[in-house]
This record gives sequence, C-alpha cells and structure tokens, in this order.
Amino acid sequence: MLGNFPFFADLQLFPVAASEQAHGIDALYWFITDISIVMTIVIFAGLAYFAWKYHNKKHPHATQIEGSTKLELTWSILPFLIMLIMFAWGAQIYYAAQNPPKNAMEIFVTGKQWMWKVQYPDGTREIDALHIPVGQPVKLTMASEDVIHSFSIPAFRVRHDVIPGHYDSLWFTATKPGHYHLFCTEYCGNQHAGMIGWVDVLEPREYANWASGGASQGSLAEQGEKLFQQNGCSTCHLLDQQGRCPILRGLYNKPVQLADGRTVMADDAYIRESILDPNAKIVSGFQPNVMPNFKGQISESDVIQLIAYIKSLSPSTPASQQGSQQPAVVIAPKAGAAKTGTAVRH
Amino acid sequence: MADTLVPAGEDAAVKEKHLRHHFATAEQQMDAATLGMWTFLITEVLFFGGMFASYAVYRNIYLDAFASTSQYMNVVLGGTNTAVLICSSLTMALAVRAAQLSNRKHLTLFLILTMIFGTVFLVIKGFEYHSKWVEGLVPGIHWSGYLEHPEFAHHAQILFSLYFYMTGMHALHMVVGLGLLSYLLIQARRNIFKATYFAPVEMIGLYWHFVDIVWIFLFPLLYLIGHRR
Amino acid sequence: MATLVQRSPEVEAEEVNYLNVEHGWKSWLLTTDHKRIAVLYLISITLMFFVGGLMAVLFRINLLEPEGLFSAETYNRLFSMHGIVMVFFFLVPSIPATLANFLIPIMVGAKDLAFPRVNLLSWYIYIAGAALTLYAVARGGVDTGWTFYAPYSSTYSNSYVLAAAFGVFTAGFSSILTGLNFIVTVHKMRAPGMTWSRLPLFVWSNYATGLIQVLGTPVLAITLLLLAFERIAHVGIFDPNIGGDPILFQHLFWFYSHPAVYIMILPGMGVISEIVSCFSRKRVFGYNFVAFSSMAIAVLSFVVWGHHMFLTGESMYTGLAFSILSFMVAVPSAIKVFNWTATMYKGSVSFDTPMLYAFGFIGLFTIGGLTGLHLATLGTDIATHGTYFVVAHFHYVMVGGMVMAFMGGLHFWWPKITGRMYPEAWSKFAALIVFIGFNLTFFPQFILGYLGMPRRYHAYPPEFQALNVLSTAGASILGIGYVIPMVYFIWSLRAGPKAGPNPWGAAGLEWQIQSPPTTFNFDETPVVTEEAYNYGPLEEIVG
Repeated sequence: MLGNFPFFADLQLFPVAASEQAHGIDALYWFITDISIVMTIVIFAGLAYFAWKYHNKKHPHATQIEGSTKLELTWSILPFLIMLIMFAWGAQIYYAAQNPPKNAMEIFVTGKQWMWKVQYPDGTREIDALHIPVGQPVKLTMASEDVIHSFSIPAFRVRHDVIPGHYDSLWFTATKPGHYHLFCTEYCGNQHAGMIGWVDVLEPREYANWASGGASQGSLAEQGEKLFQQNGCSTCHLLDQQGRCPILRGLYNKPVQLADGRTVMADDAYIRESILDPNAKIVSGFQPNVMPNFKGQISESDVIQLIAYIKSLSPSTPASQQGSQQPAVVIAPKAGAAKTGTAVRH
Repeated sequence: MADTLVPAGEDAAVKEKHLRHHFATAEQQMDAATLGMWTFLITEVLFFGGMFASYAVYRNIYLDAFASTSQYMNVVLGGTNTAVLICSSLTMALAVRAAQLSNRKHLTLFLILTMIFGTVFLVIKGFEYHSKWVEGLVPGIHWSGYLEHPEFAHHAQILFSLYFYMTGMHALHMVVGLGLLSYLLIQARRNIFKATYFAPVEMIGLYWHFVDIVWIFLFPLLYLIGHRR
Repeated sequence: MATLVQRSPEVEAEEVNYLNVEHGWKSWLLTTDHKRIAVLYLISITLMFFVGGLMAVLFRINLLEPEGLFSAETYNRLFSMHGIVMVFFFLVPSIPATLANFLIPIMVGAKDLAFPRVNLLSWYIYIAGAALTLYAVARGGVDTGWTFYAPYSSTYSNSYVLAAAFGVFTAGFSSILTGLNFIVTVHKMRAPGMTWSRLPLFVWSNYATGLIQVLGTPVLAITLLLLAFERIAHVGIFDPNIGGDPILFQHLFWFYSHPAVYIMILPGMGVISEIVSCFSRKRVFGYNFVAFSSMAIAVLSFVVWGHHMFLTGESMYTGLAFSILSFMVAVPSAIKVFNWTATMYKGSVSFDTPMLYAFGFIGLFTIGGLTGLHLATLGTDIATHGTYFVVAHFHYVMVGGMVMAFMGGLHFWWPKITGRMYPEAWSKFAALIVFIGFNLTFFPQFILGYLGMPRRYHAYPPEFQALNVLSTAGASILGIGYVIPMVYFIWSLRAGPKAGPNPWGAAGLEWQIQSPPTTFNFDETPVVTEEAYNYGPLEEIVG
C-alpha cells in the first residue's frame, strides 16, 4: 500500500492556471498570501525576539506598562486599510465572475446524485465531461435535480453552488488546452467524491472535429421540440394562434405583464418556473389552474431542452441561431446544422 | 417592585430562609433572578425569531398564496384567544401584586384565574386545530390538496407548516407556563410567598407575560393581515 | 515517618477542599458546587474529545489511499460525526463549562455562580444530548456533515439525522444556560471593589462568549427543529418541490454557527491573556483594548454569517456587505495578537508549559486568522470555498488556536483545580509533539485546498496522495501528543507533587486561596482594591 512511494513524484504544490479568471484570482491570492507571510513572520519574530531578549534570566524585572493608544490605533487602522484593498479587489473579481460577456457560448449542466449531465446547444450530451474550445467565453447554466451540489473546475478557478429550485451559472474563458478536473464541491451524499469528471480544452481545429461528431438526436432545440409535442404543450401553446395560453413565439427574453400587475422578463428561470410551477406567475388575461404542473414529470435536463426550443422560436435572439454557438471558424456542415436552419424558419 | 419593608421578626426569618448561601443579600438574589429571567426571555425572542424570519421571507415571496390562507383562519376564535390571554396577563399581574402584599387569598385566586384563562386558550386552540384537521389543512399529515385554490397548493403547505410550528411552539410554551403556575399555586397554598419573598411569582409572571406578547405578534401576522389586500 | 498512633496534625492533616469535603456518588451527581460541576464537565468533554478524535484518526487513515480504504458510507458518517462531536460536544462547552465554570466565581470574588442548580442542570442536559448523539453514532451515525444542509438532510439522507439533530438541539440548551449563568454572575456577583475595569480578561472573554451563547444558540435550536419537522412530516419549509428555499436553511443555520466559532475561540483568547501576563510578570498591554475587542467580536460575529454562502447565488450587495463586515471582525482579533506580543516587551519571560501553549496559540491562531482573509475576500473565496483550504483554516484556529489554549489553561490551572503538579518535562515534550503533529497534519491541507481537492471526499485523484499521506502522518503524531497529557494528568492526581496556593506567583484572586479551593472559595468576601495583573506599580504609561 504505502510501497507506493512514487506518489511523492506526482506532488504538485500549485495548480495550473488555465483560464483568464485563474490569472486574476491567483494574483489576488498571492497578494493576500504574501501579506499573510509577512505578518506571520512579524509576529513569530516578535515573539521570538521578546522571548529571547526578555528571558527572565536576563531580564528579571518586568517593566509595568499600561499600553499605547497610538500603537493600538496604528495596528488597527493600517491592517484594516490593507484589508480594504483585498476587499475591493476581491469584489471586482466576484462582480466580473457574475457577468458573462454577451457572446459566451452557453452549455447546460444538470447535477444529480451523483453525476453531471452536460448538454450542448447542438444536442450533444455528455456525462461528467465537458469539451470546450480555447479562447472562447463559456457560460454554464446549471440546475440540480435533487440536493445542493457545487460545480468547480480548479484549473479555471471557477466554482458555483447548484441549488435545486432555480438556475445557477458561472462563466470562464479557457486559455490553455489540456485535460482538467471538474469536481462537485458541496457534499451531496454517498458518492459525492464520485461526482467528478474531466474538462477538455481543445484547440479550435480539434474542437471542430469533436463537435462534428455531433448529436444523432438533433440539436437541443430539436429535442425540445419533440418534448413539446410529447407532453401536449402544443395543444394549448399553439404557436401562431392565441389559445387558452400565452403565445410562445417571440416570447424569450421579452417583458411579460402578469395578472397581479408586475412585469417580469421571460428568461430561462421564468420559463423553467412556468413549466414546473405554472401557477406561480399568471400572465395578465389568462387564468390560473389551466396549465398542468409538470414537476416530477419533466426533469431539469428536459426543461433545458424545452427552453432551448422556446428560445429558437424567437428569431431575433442570437441563441436561436444554433450554428452561432460554434466559434468563428469554418466547420464542415453537419446534418444537425441543416436541420436547425429549418427549425428556425417554421 | 422593590421590597421597601424593613425586615423584622417573622419577615426577616422568611427572607433568611429563602436567601441562598452564595448571595450576600436578598436584594442581590432578587436582582440576579430578575436579570436571569430577562436574559432567558431574550433567548426565547431569538428562538421564536427564527420562525418569524421564515414567515417574513415566505409571506414576502408568496403574497397571493398567503392571502388565500386567510379564509381558513378563524378571526373570531383568534380574537377571543387574544382577549383571553390579555385577561390572563392582567390576573397574573394582580397575582404578583397580591404576593407583594402578602395576600395569600388573592394570590391563590388570581393564580387560579390565570390558569383558567390559559386553559381556555388551549381549549379554543384545540378547536381550531381540530377544524384544520377536518378541512385537511395539516401539511404532510392530513392534507387535502388545498382544493379551493389548487394553484397555491404547494406554497400553502409552507405557510400552513409555519402556522402550525409557530402556534404549536406558542401552545407548548403555554403548557409549560401552566405547569409553572401549578407549582406556584402549590407553594402559595403553603403560604410561602410574602412581601419579603415573592421572586418566583414575579419571575414566572414575567414568563407568562412574554408568552402573551408572542401571541400578540402571532395573532395579527397569522390571522388579521391576510384578510385585506 | 514515625509509626506512632498519634500523628502530628501538621504532617497528616489534609486541608478540607471541595474535592474531599464529601464523598460518594450523590455528593457528585447532586452537587451545586461550580467547581465539582466543572470537573464533571471536564471528564465528559474529554471523553467526547477522544470519541471525535478517534473518528478523525480513522478517516485520515482512509485518506492514505486515493480510492479510500473504507466505504464511502463509512467515511461520510465518520467525518459528519467528527464534526458534530467536536463542535457541539467539545469545542463549544470546552473552556466555558470547565475552566470558566471553575474560575469565574473565584475571579469575581463570589462563592458560586448566580444559579448553581441551573449549572448542574446544564451538565445533565449536556449528558442527555451527548447520550442521544452517541446513540446515533452507535446505530451507524449521520452522514449529512455537521452542517445538516437541506434538502439532503431533510429528504434524502438515510442516516440517523433525527437522533443527531435532537442530540445537538439538546446540547444547545446546555450552552445557553451556561452563558446565561456567566452573564448574571458577572453583572451581579462581583465582590466589593471589583469594578468592570478590574476584571481579569478571562472574565471579559467568557462574558462576551456568554452573550453570543445566549443570543445565537436559540436560532440553532429552532433551525434544527424546523429540519426535524420537515424530516418527520416529509414536507416542510426548506423543500424546493413545494417552493421552499434550501438557502433559508443556510441563513438560519449560519446565523448561529458563525457566532458559534467565536464562542469557540473567545474563551481561549481569555486564557492566553492570563497566561501571557503571568509568564511575562506583567500587565496585559492595552487592557482596555483587549477587553473591548472581546465585546466587539461578540457584536460583529452576528453580522458576518453570509460569508459561508458567497457561492450560493447571493446578490452582489449581500456579498459586498458580508465581505467587508468579515474583514472588520478580523480587526479585534488582530488587536489581541499584537497586544499579547507587546505584553512580553520589557517583561520577564519564562517558558513553563502553559506559556509554550500560549506561544503555540499566538502563532497558529495568527496563521489561521490570516487564511480567513482568503475566505473573506470574495474573489479568492471562489477558488477556496468547499475545499481543504477551508478545512485547514478552521483547524488552525480551532485546534491550533482553541485546543492549544485549552491545554495551556488546563496546565496553568491544574494545580489550582487538583492541588497537584504535572511533570514538567513530559508536559513540555507533549506540547512540542502537539505543535509538530498539528502543523504536519494541517499545513499540507492549505496546499491541497488551493490545488482544488474538495472537502468531504472519501476518495481523491492520485496526484493528491502525497499531501494526504503527510497529513495522516501528522494526525497520528498529534493524537499521541494529546494522549500523553491524559496519562500524566491522571498520574498526577495520585502521585504528582502537591501544589501550594500560588505555584506560578501569579496575580489574581484565584491564586490567593488554597489549592484546591474550599467549597465556598473564600473564607471572607474579598475586597478588591487593585487592578488586574498587578505585578508591580505602573512604570510606563505610553500615551
């Protein structure tokens, strides 16, 4: 067992930095760590020096001193000012981490005991693995089917909790091709330590090759369209006529007036809630208790597909153009891409 | 409520008997008991506070569901209970006064009245809980599905859970209070309490008033405000 | 010694003290003497410490191999029970229920705490809570982590959540009653002349701790109850399936559990003030600042809980508020560290075992506190939350800090509590072993954490093995370091040299009375005319 002494050969002391965010966080990390090291040395040295210089054998009489308000203020205010730098710098990074750029490629991740299900807009699915192109901002929209999980990629220095009941997201831009760990970092039960996988960052050409492997079931939106039919949504939400239910064409990311007077944005979270808890928000002019509640019948990963379909019904949003989820590089046309084009023109 | 009588003769003996060995004077003992009881009541505020905070959160985000629950809250019974508790606080205060005046007869009378009011409260509460059971409004245990407003069925389970937790905890505190009052009654019958020693009556009185105040907050929050938009 | 039947009184007469004044089960189990209750607590929490410690040794053994040596289920229960036992049944009661229970009445010049029977009740409640929790352990344990997050604990876990939750719930009341007792004692039982500004800093610390215990613990109680109701009724307010919010659980839980960590460290800080002043033969530098820093920590501790939730999707404003407040709460702790160091300036320093533990505390608490900055900073918390970095941070402050302070205090007041001295050479050796073992166990975990190894993992990628092996090696050494004092402390009860009233030549009311003290502490109520730590007249009053 411990005959495996070679494990010391694998010893790493600092993680690789493979994203733009990582460099920023590492800089702040070293700032805090360096100051910590300095402070630690100051205290240790102070203790050691006083212990030596005022050792009772050498210094038998202690001088009684009350204190020094000036010193107290100095060593309270100065450290606090340094902490303010840490605070502000950290806040800036945190803010940036919550605001992905508009051109971020969106990938959907569903956490469930004890695996990560990854869904790409073109319909590809993976479990416990993520393939992304280098240099392209990527936004992960995440949902949990059961308990609280937390998605992290240490090499990118990204992490966010995934909490059942709503969507959470994080974003990054990978800078270095490679093979990196992804972990669940919120204890979620028995196989929490098994809820791990790999992120592969690929050069553009390799990524294109991987992507062209493509989904046989069609893009995410196409899969969503199938679900839309299978679950009877189309009987009410007739795309071009107003039935008993609000029209879905052109709905995505537009404001919606509710019966109680509020106006909300029809974003991913709104659509998710409309499927899983329809009576939570009733659109003005419509009745409660008409739409069935699909909680328990439609999983979070299925909801993601339905949302992709509904997004595709809004021609003005970039998300509807499935082809644009790929980076700006010429790729061999694939069967899926042609189909997607057709879907948009319905 | 400081004791201003100069202890003499029998009074001094009573004071002496109840003075615990680690206190220097009876005044110190009374001071300590008072601070102790107030501190304990502050812990109770924090304890109920967790539930009030949860209530505030959910009422805020599920306003309509909350409004739908108000039709099931019997304002008449709740209001009666409020009046009953306020009366019981009055009789409790009078009991403390009686103890301060060494009036054993009145002390006994007011303690019994307080206990009667407390019991009436619990009986009325029992009727309310029974009607909730019959209507299938006990989440997880006897829930009918909230058929009159099925669109709020989910959120109503949260709100009714909080209703039962909050009023149930309050009722539990009332039961404990009744137990404490029984103890006081027994001691009062034994003529323990006098002007020179009435600390337990006052302290338990403080507890009783606190339990009353919790209800004064519960009643409007659970019964009254949902009724109006 | 002569074999005369008539023995000379000076040689044979043993002083009557609180230990020998009465014998028998009832005199202990029905005692109201705060000193006996402190001893009862000491035995109980030591037992729980070794239970929790054994669990730690076991799961560190599991972590020798990347695939883990035990099953995931076993590991998950071990780390959860380790946390529950150590936090609620060792750290929270440790110094308050033992050393402070023993010393606070004496330090304020009183005969007992304000409510001696409540003190005994608090011990029984602690035992009931411990019994319930040990029952959960015996039946197989709980696997939710000491944090009991919903919905895993309310809906999904198959372990003994209710038993463990009720065990902790019960122990909480023990803590509340202890804190309440201290608050009233310090307010109402001070001897004549013992003004607030003459109180030993140990009293200030435990008073501040009492405030936190009284205000924070009830929220834990209701949170665990709400969790229990949800588990029993299969429906509840944290269930996302009916619109409940699991994050509400976290807010309620951490509203107590963050202040709880200050319950766990403040008493230790109080001990360090006492030890550093005695073994520098000096007043504590900046007494007022140290006293008020305890109060500032108590107040600020209640407004930082959200820093445990930076990655749950809190709003930006929430994150900003909790981050800046978390930096603020670090300042009073830093003030203390500087003041203790400055206390040694121009002092007369000796290196008895309590002082060695104090040095250990100041150094390790500094490291632990500084690594808290990485966690309070929003940007770096993204990289460190949920990893071994957090585990290392809190073990530095709780074990490198609090447990060292507890050991230091135990050694410092052992002669007072038992009337016996422990063997100095062994005690110094054990202190060294603890220091080495501790750092070897937990320093590698900072590195592991930033590398990305998540906490609560029973198995891990193979490249993390070397650091895990170092950590486990350290844990074994640390364990030995804790066993050695157990042995010599017990040995000293029978065979240790007898101690006089003031073996250290320390200032403080507790050193004016015999060792061990009598049941009522003082023959006459002391009248206090001096400030604390009056080792000599003031010579320098630096402005």
